[in-house]
Amino acid sequence: MILHALTFYLFAAIAVAAGFMVISSRNPVHSVLYLILAFFTSAALFVLMAAEFLAMIMLIVYIGAVAVLFLFVVMMLDINFVELRKGFLQYLPIGALIGVILAIELIFIVGTWTFGGDTTLVAATAQPMVIEGGNTEAIGRVLYTDYVYAFQAAGIILLVAMIGAIVLTHRSRPGVKKQNITEQVHRSPTEAVELRDIPPGQGI
Amino acid sequence: MADFIDVYLIPFLWILGGVLAIVVPLLLAVAYVIYFDRKIWAAIHLRRGPNVVGPWGLLQSFADGLKLLLKETVVPSGANKGVFFIAPMLMFIVAAVAWAVIPFDEGLVLADLNVGVLYLFAISSLGVYGIIMSGWASNSRYAFLGALRSAAQMVSYEVSIGFVIVTVLLCVGSLNLSDVVMAQESAWFFIPLFPVFVIFFISALAETNRPPFDLPEAEAELVAGYQVEYSSLTFALFWLGEYASVLLMCAMTTTLFFGGWLSPFDNFVFNWIPGMDAFNEFVPGVIWFLLKTFFFFFIFSWVKASVPRYRYDQLMRLGWKVFLPVSLAAVIIVAGFLVGFDMLPNAA
Repeated sequence: MILHALTFYLFAAIAVAAGFMVISSRNPVHSVLYLILAFFTSAALFVLMAAEFLAMIMLIVYIGAVAVLFLFVVMMLDINFVELRKGFLQYLPIGALIGVILAIELIFIVGTWTFGGDTTLVAATAQPMVIEGGNTEAIGRVLYTDYVYAFQAAGIILLVAMIGAIVLTHRSRPGVKKQNITEQVHRSPTEAVELRDIPPGQGI
Repeated sequence: MADFIDVYLIPFLWILGGVLAIVVPLLLAVAYVIYFDRKIWAAIHLRRGPNVVGPWGLLQSFADGLKLLLKETVVPSGANKGVFFIAPMLMFIVAAVAWAVIPFDEGLVLADLNVGVLYLFAISSLGVYGIIMSGWASNSRYAFLGALRSAAQMVSYEVSIGFVIVTVLLCVGSLNLSDVVMAQESAWFFIPLFPVFVIFFISALAETNRPPFDLPEAEAELVAGYQVEYSSLTFALFWLGEYASVLLMCAMTTTLFFGGWLSPFDNFVFNWIPGMDAFNEFVPGVIWFLLKTFFFFFIFSWVKASVPRYRYDQLMRLGWKVFLPVSLAAVIIVAGFLVGFDMLPNAA
């Protein structure tokens, strides 16, 4: 069990440090790379909690797809850092205010926290549940029976968002040459190629 | 203390031994697969290929490795040093760690994960980071263009690979790779799922940046794409990582569609031959697995030698407008078929 705890603290520490580096590193690409490290360590934390399906989905969706596109965009940005930092301090009061409010809220929540009853009992029940057929099957069962409408609604919302993004960004510009593959494939030599017999030294 | 040895030390040593037993043969296999690739390519071009170092040129890869080892590592002055050196390492590590879940024989697998297929898919989707990071960190236009192309290409083809894997999983009913192989005892999946297999194979070519989809390193336009600025061992790591991931894709094709370690002679076509049972018993499954994997590698190099490079817009069109709808339709058709004929595996 001690190894389990040590691994947890290792990954948790890396995740927090990476999260801190996301906001503190000077280069935005480094920020994104640290964000990816944070995602990766949280996937590792899921594995420690025996939620291997969630861990793999985290890797596939967040690291394999979302973060790649994110990195893709950030790399192409041309940011002037000196200009960016010019008005930095003018937002300090409002930022500090929000920070203080959040800190007070956290203190209220943590300060009034009481462990219900015997704490060893709580610790014992916090062990990962062993589910018949693994948690992939368990998630599937819950998702497609109890929460099927919510799941379908989420899918439809994503579909609408996707269509919206395409409609908003798609412009049909006139005068742009486009390749039509079917047209290209169905061209025949009779209409595309002309053979001429040219006498030497005359040209066409 | 005895407890410590039993609980931690011995399992740790077992895992370490397993890792070495996979990585060392993998590196050797990569060295010879590069030689194999060059020989096949040469044979198709009617050339001789490497034939100077060692008998029949067998030591060519080691000579190349030694040459790269002794070269100077050149770091471009505008390069982002940390990322520049992490990128090739990441490329190789990602290609190597995926082998942990590949079942070489019944029970012969380092990590028998019950989400093995997802793990494989997740790790192969991480391969793109090595390329993007190297392209950005080199601070060179050619490298950056190569990296951007590669990012778009790998993300596009991953989608269809994902759907193809879903169709296979529908027929298996489990995410464990050993279960995937065992489900193919009656018929290897490439027979009922042939169109899906074709999509998977072409997407695997695109995913590993092999010709005809090697636009990230298209030497005619981008010099060598994302690897332009790399020299010496960093370049060698890219090279090793690339071939290790090609081999991984071949192993994945074998596992998902060609029955993994199952013998090709253990079916009704051959079983009437006397002594066939004894033969199937005698030959270990790992031999069949490796033979199938190298057969797919042969097809990879065959394609490389005989097909011209795709144009970039055609590549994107093929991925998004052809493979994505077809693989999505395949998922629906296979699922509908399995439900309609009540053939779902382990239906409750």
